[in-house]
Amino acid sequence: MTALPETTEKKLGLVIDLDTCVGCHACVVNCKEWNTSNYGEPLSDMDAYGAEPEGTFLNRVHSYEVTPASGCAQTVHFPKSCLHCEDAPCVTVCPTGASYKRVEDGIVLVNENDCMGCGLCAWACPYGARELDSLAGIMKKCTLCVDRIYNENLPEEDREPACVRTCPAGARHFGDLGDPDSDVSQLVAERGGMDLMPEMGTKPVNKYLPPREKDTLLADMALAPTSEEPKGFLKWLDKALEAL
Amino acid sequence: MHPAPSVIVFTTLSGLGFGLLAFLGLGMPDVTGGVAFLFFALGYALAVGGLLAATFHLGNKKNATKAFSQWRTSWLSREGVASVAALLVMAPFAIGRIFLGVDLTALGWIGALLSLGTVFTTSMIYAQLTTVPRWNMRWTPVLFLTHALAGGALLAGQITAAAILLAVLGLILILSWRQGDAQFDESGASLETATGLGSIGTVRQLEPPHSGQNYLLKEMAYQVGRKHSAKLRAIALGLGVVLPVLCLTVLPFSHMIALVAVLSHIAGVAAGRWLFFAEAKHVVSLYYGR
Ligand code: SF4
Ligand code: SF4
Repeated sequence: MTALPETTEKKLGLVIDLDTCVGCHACVVNCKEWNTSNYGEPLSDMDAYGAEPEGTFLNRVHSYEVTPASGCAQTVHFPKSCLHCEDAPCVTVCPTGASYKRVEDGIVLVNENDCMGCGLCAWACPYGARELDSLAGIMKKCTLCVDRIYNENLPEEDREPACVRTCPAGARHFGDLGDPDSDVSQLVAERGGMDLMPEMGTKPVNKYLPPREKDTLLADMALAPTSEEPKGFLKWLDKALEAL
Repeated sequence: MHPAPSVIVFTTLSGLGFGLLAFLGLGMPDVTGGVAFLFFALGYALAVGGLLAATFHLGNKKNATKAFSQWRTSWLSREGVASVAALLVMAPFAIGRIFLGVDLTALGWIGALLSLGTVFTTSMIYAQLTTVPRWNMRWTPVLFLTHALAGGALLAGQITAAAILLAVLGLILILSWRQGDAQFDESGASLETATGLGSIGTVRQLEPPHSGQNYLLKEMAYQVGRKHSAKLRAIALGLGVVLPVLCLTVLPFSHMIALVAVLSHIAGVAAGRWLFFAEAKHVVSLYYGR
């Protein structure tokens, strides 16, 4: 049913640290690997070895440059996947009932047996989090690795989304954002976690942690020089070379 | 947005078809027998042909019938339900007029309402999308309904009504283009809000997430239409409104001229519809620096 639940028991989601992400795309690769070989239709590639390869991905990493009014520009790597919105417009537009939001944990999923591949949900999502697989003809999106997080066949430490498990920088965190005491909620509170495009009214569950403020170098922070001035022949050579 | 031919054909033809059926339901023109057959056949052919064209862009057609299930929440589902209801209700009315020479007035009225209701549900599929600010305005349903009424009147041979409705359509086209042009800025969405980095400074794309194409770029970051916008607007207005109005009001009536008016109108509407999609910018294109 494509009506949204009034409330969900949990709000499982991701917290992504834009300060820490190094833009290595490891999460993209591990997401593709896990999700192409497990839940639902595989994530197909077209023309994989040809001149114009393309494929379906559930997570992609953009890179931006931010220029403040004064001071240096900075690079921010920006991973983006489904934000499991509370007011998910992708769910309510779906005519077949394939798209739904789970009451128990708030995960937004597509029932692939019902999807007719109309693409309207992808139009309704502001974040580009849904891609229609061109081989399967059905809509693919992040499942928050629903087949890992509750999977008792996996060792405990693997029961988190593939992207979180693989991130070498520790830039991705997973947990219940509906519980104010959870680690992720604490992190969001501490670091000023933010919503993407709040004006779209989607109330995303996933939060983004902004880059920390850059340190400004004060005069007394500079270390005293530790190398010694050359003496004797080397001093002469140094001077002679400088004079050239 | 990518102007998929199937969707342009669908919205153009089915809009005309349901517009014509609405007029026929109201007894305009008041025809029976063979003439009625021709009118109803045209209405049904356009409406059903358009609906069939719409199914061409589905990735997984075998689930298409499930689209009737979510009418409580989904405008696309409501469109499916409304269109089938309109076609079913109009059928006995048409049979009465064609074969029995009877006028089931009440049924005709209901059929006319359902026909226009179908056009309204179609328009709401677009108008509901906050992600496409150009569509996300009240003018969108007004525009679709006026298209259906003006085109319907034209096909139904209601010369005075058609001339007036076409003129209204021209006005609404201009107003909706004006408001549409302002919509993206008014939505407040920018790369700064999309990334949340606006509090630090201005943002530009440094590297895209992938070097090749993908579904999002093909479907939602279509840019070709925007640069031909002015020309296409002139074509849409000239062929869709001005020429047909001239045919109806200035030239002496003949079937040949009526045909020119109809064909010109359809071509103009199709051009306008192409632009409706091609010109619309989806907020996701911000993430790609477009
Ligand atoms: S991010 Fe997009 S696909 Fe995910 S819940 Fe929100 S609107 Fe739906
Ligand atoms: S593509 Fe599938 S999941 Fe998306 S709206 Fe259409 S039927 Fe629903």
